[in-house]
Amino acid sequence: MNTFFFVVLTIITVLMLVYFYRVVRGPSVFDRVLGLNGISTKAIVLLVLIGTMFERVDMFVDISTGYALLNLVGALAIAKFLEERGASSE
Amino acid sequence: MTWLAIFLIVLGLFFLVVGSIGMLRLPDVFSRAHALSLTDSLGAVLVLAGLAVYEGFNMNFLRILVVLVLIYLLNPVISHATIRAAYRSGLRPTDKESK
Repeated sequence: MNTFFFVVLTIITVLMLVYFYRVVRGPSVFDRVLGLNGISTKAIVLLVLIGTMFERVDMFVDISTGYALLNLVGALAIAKFLEERGASSE
Repeated sequence: MTWLAIFLIVLGLFFLVVGSIGMLRLPDVFSRAHALSLTDSLGAVLVLAGLAVYEGFNMNFLRILVVLVLIYLLNPVISHATIRAAYRSGLRPTDKESK
């Protein structure tokens, strides 16, 4: 079962690299924000997965809860800021 | 119980892979948000549900369930806010004729 979790962890890490490509290359700034959102969602899943592998879910789940809330606050702040600033996006 | 967990995790991985292919291939920020928002919520929720089932019915099950509900509520909110900002700052969806 640990091998299966390791394979899942590797696949999710490769998917995070795909999103990182979108963050680096993305034509507009909103692509970068969306890519960061995808990366942080996968990071939350990854934290719970690592906790299951190490059999310390009780600790890692709290970290991932905090990470989810921080992600919400950061993404909403960036979205509000860009909405007020207007179209000069690069 | 383990097989149900493996099934849920593999199903969630399928959705995550489809979402990232859409993120890589689609032409537009709106269609990319479409790919990301739908598949990412469902995939992450399925993987977390598989991990919760693997954990068994104890306190950790409820904790993973809290993270699951949090992702399922917050991920569409973030996508919606970002795309509303994109639309209000002047970006428009491309269609086939305008290319």
